[in-house]
Amino acid sequence: MTSRLRPWRRTHLGTEADRATFRTLHTASLAAPALREGLTESSAERSLRHLRVLLGTPAAALTDTSGVLAWAGIGRHHAEETARFIADMGEDAPTRIADMSVCADYGCPVRQVIISPLVVEEVLVGTLVVGAPHATGSLIRAANEVAAWVSGQLELARLDDSRTALMEAEVRALRAQISPHFIYNSLGAIASFVRTDPDRARELLLEFADFTRYSFRRHGNYTTLAEELRSVERYLLLEQARFDDRLKVTLRIAPEVLPVAVPFLCIQPLVENAVRHGLEASAEKSDGVGRLWITARDLDQECVIEIEDDGTGEDPERVRRALAGDASMDSVGLGNVDARLRNTYGDDYGLVVETALGAGTKVTVRVPKFAPGVHV
Amino acid sequence: MNTDVVPGVVAVIAVTIATLAISTWGLQFSRTTSDFFVASRTVRPALNASAIGGEYLSAASFLGIAGLVLTFGADMLWYPVGWTAGYLVLLVLVAAPLRRSGAYTLPDFAEARLGSRGVRSLCSLLVVVIGWLYLLPQFQGAGLTLQAAINAPPWVGPLVVSVVVLVNVGSGGMRSITFVQAFQYWLKLTALLLPACVLLAIWAGDGAPDPTSRGGADLWSYPLGEGGAQGLYVTYSLIVATFLGTMGLPHVVVRFYTNPDGRAARRTTLVVLALLGVFYLLPPIYGALGRIYAADLAAAGGSDVLILELPRLMVGGLLGELLTGLVTAGAFAAFLSTSSGLAIAVAGVLSQDVTGRRVAGRRLSGVGAFRAGAAIAVVVPALVSVSSPDVGVAQTVGLAFAVAASTFCPLLLLGIWWRGLTPAGAIAGLAVGGLGSGMAVGWTLVTSGTTGWVGILLAQPAAWSVPSALATMVVVSRLTRGSVPPHASRFMVRLHTPEAVDLQRG
Repeated sequence: MTSRLRPWRRTHLGTEADRATFRTLHTASLAAPALREGLTESSAERSLRHLRVLLGTPAAALTDTSGVLAWAGIGRHHAEETARFIADMGEDAPTRIADMSVCADYGCPVRQVIISPLVVEEVLVGTLVVGAPHATGSLIRAANEVAAWVSGQLELARLDDSRTALMEAEVRALRAQISPHFIYNSLGAIASFVRTDPDRARELLLEFADFTRYSFRRHGNYTTLAEELRSVERYLLLEQARFDDRLKVTLRIAPEVLPVAVPFLCIQPLVENAVRHGLEASAEKSDGVGRLWITARDLDQECVIEIEDDGTGEDPERVRRALAGDASMDSVGLGNVDARLRNTYGDDYGLVVETALGAGTKVTVRVPKFAPGVHV
Repeated sequence: MNTDVVPGVVAVIAVTIATLAISTWGLQFSRTTSDFFVASRTVRPALNASAIGGEYLSAASFLGIAGLVLTFGADMLWYPVGWTAGYLVLLVLVAAPLRRSGAYTLPDFAEARLGSRGVRSLCSLLVVVIGWLYLLPQFQGAGLTLQAAINAPPWVGPLVVSVVVLVNVGSGGMRSITFVQAFQYWLKLTALLLPACVLLAIWAGDGAPDPTSRGGADLWSYPLGEGGAQGLYVTYSLIVATFLGTMGLPHVVVRFYTNPDGRAARRTTLVVLALLGVFYLLPPIYGALGRIYAADLAAAGGSDVLILELPRLMVGGLLGELLTGLVTAGAFAAFLSTSSGLAIAVAGVLSQDVTGRRVAGRRLSGVGAFRAGAAIAVVVPALVSVSSPDVGVAQTVGLAFAVAASTFCPLLLLGIWWRGLTPAGAIAGLAVGGLGSGMAVGWTLVTSGTTGWVGILLAQPAAWSVPSALATMVVVSRLTRGSVPPHASRFMVRLHTPEAVDLQRG
């Protein structure tokens, strides 16, 4: 029975060399997740276990540019000595082999260490140290290959970091995007009330203060729909102070959806766009009034927010480019909000824009009432 | 047409039209135009509490309790006591942390707390089971009501209610039009309160006869009057099921999301306690009066329609017809509001996990999936209710509570108050509680002939199924303590820290 099974098993698992390759790949895949977090003491500790198996040497270590982060295997007492070698490594230093001084432990197998540089984006970030009784040519080759692989993983980690940083920068950009014009114009409008209607001027000034405090707040990526809409209302109050009768706003908000958590500043930029479109068109209309509708509805597990204006509308092709993130378009807010919504809730929850030249614009935001990790 | 049926027909049509009209145009009422600072108008606890009351007071509360009190006496008062006290447990242990978790449904909470899709799917399944079990008596009650009010065959009630609910849900998917549900509570309260006042006046005019003296000097007015050890077990089991089951009802939990924060959730629950307390004073009055004026109803097995028949029996004439119309309207409002709430809760889960799935390369759109889910959610219990119409209304609701208490109660209590809960523990506990209570329920619904201890244990499973589910969850969680979700401690901090405390909650 066994003899009949064997040929099948051999073909199934491959030759001895195949299996060795599989083992190597598997060990590498075990080390990868830790390295993808970047080079820290804890990630070095977790990945090094597998890296030493990969190398098959008595000792291995990962260092940053100043000292040893983690040491696996025997010969930990050489860590300090190794650190001295690393300290005087230059930017584009090649792999070097260092003799360890005679140590008190005569049985210590770490007589020589191979120090391979880890380079991310042409900058030395650390080294892979391999300790062995004797640094053979093949061991040096292996150490270099593993070091190159680790460098690749670290580079990917850097990429993950920069993607998160990019999203954060975009939110910051949105905050900074509150246009200087808006601030200047609002203050101007408020100033015009100071003599004629001081009470209103005072109220508007307080609204302005609250509006800026909300928009410039630093903590948290999410807020409640109630907070976001309150900020929108303040913004509209200030715009209406400026344009008086040229802007008519209708808000219809179902109170049930006010506690929903939404990404910070995800409605405000859309309203700003709508106000701009509505006002641009108002000059050409007979009654000279731009209209704006903001609706929030409750749809069981989701909440639907619609921002509609009766302005000039937009060429759908241009909107498509703005949503695709074309920075040359003037509706930067649109692409940014769309990207953040997709990033938070998945691709099913992108912005929906209905528009045509001369037909106004309607932007629809759908937000699930609950998504894992999204909370105020 | 027989003139007896006129008030009933008018009442049913009026409530149906009112419900459809308010839900079609209801959005206009709930939103204000050109009015700034609507955002600060979150739903106030009092309004939200009325809405919860409107959705919660079902056929079992409106019809079932009076009939049970008439037939079995004072120990049946544990039903209204338990259904109210369930909110006390909710208030003390669950309301605020659940709101702070940010979860909309019970599966959402499970996913947020344990970070496991498996637990989520199991919870979704349980929501559907409990929803169906709870819908069943609503349809039965509707059948009974229409039978009593307009002499319709028993299948007409389920048909009318399912059609109205489907039109309602399908037209806009409107889940929580708070105003509509709040209106339903006050309608139901009025529909019981006014006739009760009139009937009590007549009773006083008759010289206030003592209900306990009628029908022989039996143990009607004593709690645990009969039944010995079995009666005691049934009572305790009922207490466990109703006290702990309320927190696991799918249509109740979603309403807490409307509260702006944990504090408002607690206040809402407190008001709900008061509103339910007032409401539940009334059905026992009907039960006691029925003992004097309608003793033959219980003997004829028609105790569930006591509330509908009593005004006609006691008053007669035009006033009697008017009062009959009023209670019929209230009863119908009870079926409609509870059934819509449940249908929407079940449809939401079905549309997410079943009808919204890609089948043979095609996928229904969001609204289409929701409508398909609603159809399944309503049709299944409607068919079951037509085919097995002889289980008591309050008893079936009791079974739904037992399943909820055996599954979601341990999950919520341990999930909120014990950081050691693991996904494996939760799945094991849900399975033990769900299978245990579910099999008991199935057995009771299919065969009603089992007697003795086995029959009692199966008819009232909560007293053994809740502790075993809790114990399983704890033991399996201890055995798999390595898999406690890494974010458990952080999540606990978020659940239990008042919003007023400035804290990094990420």
